Formats: sequence, C-alpha cells, structure tokens
Amino acid sequence: MIEVRNLQKSFGANRVLDGVNFSIEKGQAVAIIGVSGGGKSVLLKHLIGLVTPDAGEVCIDGQNITGMDERELLKVRRKFGMLFQGAALFDSLNVEDNVGFLLRREGRTPAPEIARRVAEVLELIGLEGTQKKMPAELSGGMRKRVGLARAVVYRPEIVLYDEPTTGLDPIAADSIDQLISLVVETLHVTSVAVTHDMRSARHISQRILMLHEGRIYADQTPDEIFKSNDPVIHRFVNGIAEPIGRHSLV
Amino acid sequence: MTSLAKRVAREWLGGLGRAAMLCWETAVSLATVKPVWRDVVYQMYYIGVKSQSVVIITGMFTGMVLCAQSYFQFHRVKMDTATLAVVAVAMCSELGPVLTGLMVAGRVGAAIAAEIGTMRVTEQIDALRTLAAHPVDYLVVPRFLAMFMAMPLLTAESIALGIGAAYLVATFLLGINASGDWHEMIHYTDIIDPLTGIIKTFLYGGVIGVVACYKGLNCPQGAEGVGRATTEAVVYSSIAILVSNFFLTMLLNTLLRR
Repeated sequence: MIEVRNLQKSFGANRVLDGVNFSIEKGQAVAIIGVSGGGKSVLLKHLIGLVTPDAGEVCIDGQNITGMDERELLKVRRKFGMLFQGAALFDSLNVEDNVGFLLRREGRTPAPEIARRVAEVLELIGLEGTQKKMPAELSGGMRKRVGLARAVVYRPEIVLYDEPTTGLDPIAADSIDQLISLVVETLHVTSVAVTHDMRSARHISQRILMLHEGRIYADQTPDEIFKSNDPVIHRFVNGIAEPIGRHSLV
Repeated sequence: MTSLAKRVAREWLGGLGRAAMLCWETAVSLATVKPVWRDVVYQMYYIGVKSQSVVIITGMFTGMVLCAQSYFQFHRVKMDTATLAVVAVAMCSELGPVLTGLMVAGRVGAAIAAEIGTMRVTEQIDALRTLAAHPVDYLVVPRFLAMFMAMPLLTAESIALGIGAAYLVATFLLGINASGDWHEMIHYTDIIDPLTGIIKTFLYGGVIGVVACYKGLNCPQGAEGVGRATTEAVVYSSIAILVSNFFLTMLLNTLLRR
C-alpha cells in the first residue's frame, strides 16, 4: 500500500507540490494526470525516493521512506519497478543485460535462469530474439518495451510508469497501453502511471488522480473523470486551452 | 557585490561538502560492499591499457628533451655524464608522476565525467537507483579502484621509457660516454626518488577518479551541462595534481630522507 501525506516540494520559488494527499491500495491501477510541468513526474519520483520532499511523508507498506538514506532506500526500491519517460536504458549494455540487470547484480539467480526469465519477458512484450541488440539499435517504442521488461522481470510489487506513451505514434502508444494492462492483469502488481495522454489513462487505470496547482484536485474513476462537468477537469480531458486574447499578439 | 560573494562562497562550500560526501560514500562502499571485479578489470583496461600510447609518448619525449637541455648546460662546465642522473631524478620524482597524472586527467577524467554526466541527464543514474544499485557502488568504486591501480603502473612505464629514451639520445645523438653516464645515474638516483613518484601517483589516481565521478554525478542538465562537467573535471583534477604535488614533495622528502 502507498500512502502520501501532505507532500510538499519547491524548486527555488516554484512550489510544485503543495500538500498532496492520497493512498493507493495493493493491486490497484492508478493514473495521475495533470498539465505538463505540473509536478506529476516529481510526485512519482517521491514515491520511490528519488526526490526528497521539503515536508510530508511517503509510506510504502506502512514504512515511512522520507527520512531514509540511500542505502536503506535500496532495500525498499526492490519492491518497485519503474519505466522512465525516455526508457533510460543503459546504453553501454545490450537488451539482455539491461533487462537482467537487477537479477545479475543481486547474484542470487543462476545465469541460465536469468537468461530464461529475460527471454520469457521479452517474448511477453513481443521482442523475442532481441537480446543482443544495443539500445541505440532500437526504435522509441522498442526502447519503452525493453524498459517495461526491465521494470517487471524481477516481479516487483509496484510498477511506476513515467509518461509511458509520450513521444510514440498512436499504434506504438496503444501497444504500450496493452502491455501495461497485461502486466497489471497477469502479475497482479500495483500500478501508478503518470500521463497527460487521456486515452492512455482511461485504458490502463481503474482510478484517476488529477494533480492541479500542486494538489490532488480530483480522485475519481475514469468514467467519472470523462463525464465530469467541472471546468478544470473538462478543459483538461477535452484538451481545451484558456482563450488567448488577440491583443496579446499585438 | 556582497550577495554575489556570498552566493559564490555558498556554492563553493556546498560543492566541497558534496565532494567530501562522495569520498565518504566511496570509503563506506569499499569497506562494506564487495566490488564487482569484472567492472574493475574493464575499467583497468579502459584507463590503463588504452592510456598507454599517450603516456608513452609523453614520457619518452619529456625524457628526451630534458636530456638534451641538461646536456647543453652541463657541457659548458664539462659535466656531460651528469646528464642522465638529472633526467632520472626529475623523471622519477616529479615529471613522470605529474605529466602522467595530467595526461590521464585529460584523457580518462574527461571521459568519466562525460559518461556519467550523460547517464545523469538521460535518467540512467535514476534508473540505476530504482534497480537497487547504488551509483557509488556501480559507477564510482570500479573507476576509483582502477585509477588507483593503473596510475602507478602507467607512471612506472612513463618513467622507464623516459629514462630509456634519454639514454639513447645521450649516447647516440649527443655522444656522451654511455658507461660513465649510466654509472652516474645509478650513483645519484636514490631509491627514494622512484618511491616518492609512485606514492604520489596513488593520490593522483584517487583525485582524478573522485573529481571526474563527482563532476559527472552532479552534472547540470543538458548538453551544455555535460560539456561544462567534462571541462571542469579536467581543470579541477589538473589543478589538484599540480597543487598537491608541491605539498607531497615537501612532505615525502621530509619523511623519507630523514
């Protein structure tokens, strides 16, 4: 279970998170939506301890991680898998070494077993036979798939997705959405995705949190969000910008 | 003006604090986490083997030019056979370690800062952390250990080839009596000279490793940030080598020549 209490974070004079509160039950699939630059990725990075808050708490299975040092956090992070916006594959390692990175580092799993699990997860994401390819040889969509494989190969309890479909064509974006849904269904993991792609949010989540002006503005099901008459939610869901006065160009 | 001075002082002290923390984290990692020797060996190859050409050329030509310059001065006072002794002492205790340090700082320090800096701006460092790997264990310790082990070997190679090249220049180009020159070199070169040089290189290796890793790990965002981190890694490690060389020379000579 993930609990966030009164989370606050500023970068200089810019207050990005201004008292965020929510909790996510085990096995839930949640999407966090909001405008670009609104603090969604910062919030996601707080959940795994990559960013330290100015105030507030993040509790993972009842354990407050905000006061932990980096070595204590490493143990907590073993529960997590994370897909980064740009996939963040290690460009000096091939696909097999990227995907099997954690298992190899831990040294508890024999090499043939790692190779088998890597092959299995690559087959699941439709990239069988790409083990020896380097990240530079892969397309954007393939890189994200490999990033997803790396995030789930060691069976984490929680998977975080940072803008999983950003920068992809609609077909590749849909295939990533399908894979995320498949991971949630087959591995029964808790899933938290940050996105501003409403189609993706509807597809991959059971619940949507909307971050607006540093706070959770809405916490509803996808259907409720899409049918909402609230002007802020309605404008975001339907992609309607604030009108620009003509005088501003003069 | 005062606020600018305060800001600069705060940034400088903050940087010094972060560098000290990195040294501490490296020490903790060395004491508590078993290094991955495969990574250390790879870094040894990259830092040691791949740096040989630059170190060999630097050592040889420094020895040769020092030999020629010393000969031109000593020849006036009929002390030709002292040439190789001067070259040996200078190469062993000062020029070998310092020039090797500067060349390695330029080649390897820049590469380490650029590699780790790029990893930082492309979120690969964050990815490491999410995969339960401490960046110090995975990135800093193998490079630090490899620098620590490769630098003395590279320096020894540079010194040996510098003296060898100087011997060839002295004998075949300048016509100095070979046996007399060699005898004088053995007589006037103390074991403390190469010992001083090799002790210095352990420190230089550590300095280059820590400074380059620190600059990479704290690299500002963007391509400009990586470029700046790379430049600063070379400049700061070079300055650290030159400044520490003076104090190490004084300290080691005081301790070892009692």
